[in-house]
Amino acid sequence: MLEKMFSSKALSDALEIFVNEFPVAVWETLYVTVLSTAFAIILGLPLGVLLVAGEKNGVYPLPAWLMQILNVVINLLRSVPFLILMILVFPLTRLIVGTTVGTVASIVPLVIAAFPFIARLVETSLREVSPNIIEAAQSMGATPFQIITKVMIPESVPSLLTNATTAVITILGYSAMSGIIGGGGLGKIAINYGYYRYKYLVMMIAVVLLILLVKIFQSLGTRLATKSDKRLK
Amino acid sequence: MIEIVNLSKSFDVADGRVDALKNVSLTINDGDIYGIIGMSGAGKSTLVRCINMLERPSDGKVLINGTDIGALSDAELIKTRRKVTMIFQGFNLLMQRTCLKNICFPLELAGVDKKSARKRALELLEIVGLPDKANAYPAQLSGGQQQRIAIARALATDPEILLCDEATSALDPNTTHSILSLIREINERLGITVIIITHQMSVVEEICNRVAILDGGMVAEEGTVATVFSKPQSSAAKRLVFPDGANEIIDSHERKLRVVFNGAFATKTPMITKMAVDIGICANILAASTKCIGDKVYGNMLLGVEDEECVRKVKEYLEMTADVHVEEVNADA
Repeated sequence: MLEKMFSSKALSDALEIFVNEFPVAVWETLYVTVLSTAFAIILGLPLGVLLVAGEKNGVYPLPAWLMQILNVVINLLRSVPFLILMILVFPLTRLIVGTTVGTVASIVPLVIAAFPFIARLVETSLREVSPNIIEAAQSMGATPFQIITKVMIPESVPSLLTNATTAVITILGYSAMSGIIGGGGLGKIAINYGYYRYKYLVMMIAVVLLILLVKIFQSLGTRLATKSDKRLK
Repeated sequence: MIEIVNLSKSFDVADGRVDALKNVSLTINDGDIYGIIGMSGAGKSTLVRCINMLERPSDGKVLINGTDIGALSDAELIKTRRKVTMIFQGFNLLMQRTCLKNICFPLELAGVDKKSARKRALELLEIVGLPDKANAYPAQLSGGQQQRIAIARALATDPEILLCDEATSALDPNTTHSILSLIREINERLGITVIIITHQMSVVEEICNRVAILDGGMVAEEGTVATVFSKPQSSAAKRLVFPDGANEIIDSHERKLRVVFNGAFATKTPMITKMAVDIGICANILAASTKCIGDKVYGNMLLGVEDEECVRKVKEYLEMTADVHVEEVNADA
């Protein structure tokens, strides 16, 4: 197999694919990952805030049944394997994007898979904020909304950034998985050439590029989180 | 004036109910530095949190200048909280904001425009003696400096009342002293009524004019600091005034004198020995807890002497030194 993988035919094929298809694939992967993360944060951040603020002892207690529903929905969405979730949301994808195939179409299942995950990450970050600091803000006459926007979120920025990095990398992995059912990007190339046409070298290149992307996101995220944390100076 | 009327607070816990406060009534006058002292678990922190409704009392009322704080709407309560501010044992500064922005924070909450908030914050940094820390983050400051920033923050909205919840308990004696001096200065210069929650008698002795002793959620004793500490009536007060082994001390037939050092310049003077030489009275040191801060002494001593005559002479002799006060302690009365 190794012999075949590095035969001159395989090498020239791989080179051709590398030049012609990889730039677009990397772009598609980045584009899908970033957009999906952005949409997932738009949904997940407020939800995560509700999970903490709406608790019985939170800054804005919500009815217990509502909290129960939020938790059940999040747990349900998080327990469906991504591959199956993608198929389950086909009708929704078709409704929003018009098709279930292609780069843009894969954003819908990615967002649906990622926002409950992000809500949980936001929840853990916000719980790290000391209740004493929240109490101090209350003693100064802060409204629940002010506590959320001026205390809880700003105070947990370093932790939110660390968790956002985890989210981006998870979504990157999912986006590659979406290649199986027609999503674009590096995942598609790895599956189409590597799995269906036995061009293992192409698959390896796709994997190496994914690893590189993960590495870049992780270093960037860690650096941002450290830099933003004023407790460390 | 703050009137606490028949205040009770119970908490529901896993195994039943805990009564943190039972029928507490206190009156705190404008301009007072009022100490509320008690062991941990006595209900001090709950009591102070009922004054600004961070804890809702189960029963009873808190009146500030005649207004029932518990009956206010949310919006009115928020306004009241700008006039009744608080500092904490853990400082509770926003760690991701600079000191200047921390002081601006309550003004920001109140909707004051950025420019005037900044101006006010810079003035307050001067008042608390940290004008060069405007752009520093709290993590870069020492505990005492952080508490100064917290005090500046508490003063930003021009409060009438400052609540101090164990504000010096996390600080060393030196820093405690400087923070207490700052609080006294604020009380005198700005006329702010101060309520100090503490478990340290030295704090009450150093700065308070009145004190309430809280024990098991009830007010055990209340009055001027001098009266309460020289004629402790309740067992809680006696426990505070007479350290461990209080019973043996109380039961002995000596007359007992409480000597309070409140910043006396006496570090290099062997006062009690000198007294024996000078006036020939040999006092029995029953208990002593003093500490030197710089060249000043803080704390107290409990002396035992023979009779009435000795009491008078010792009092006269020791009080010749400035900032030393002597009171006969009468635990049996």
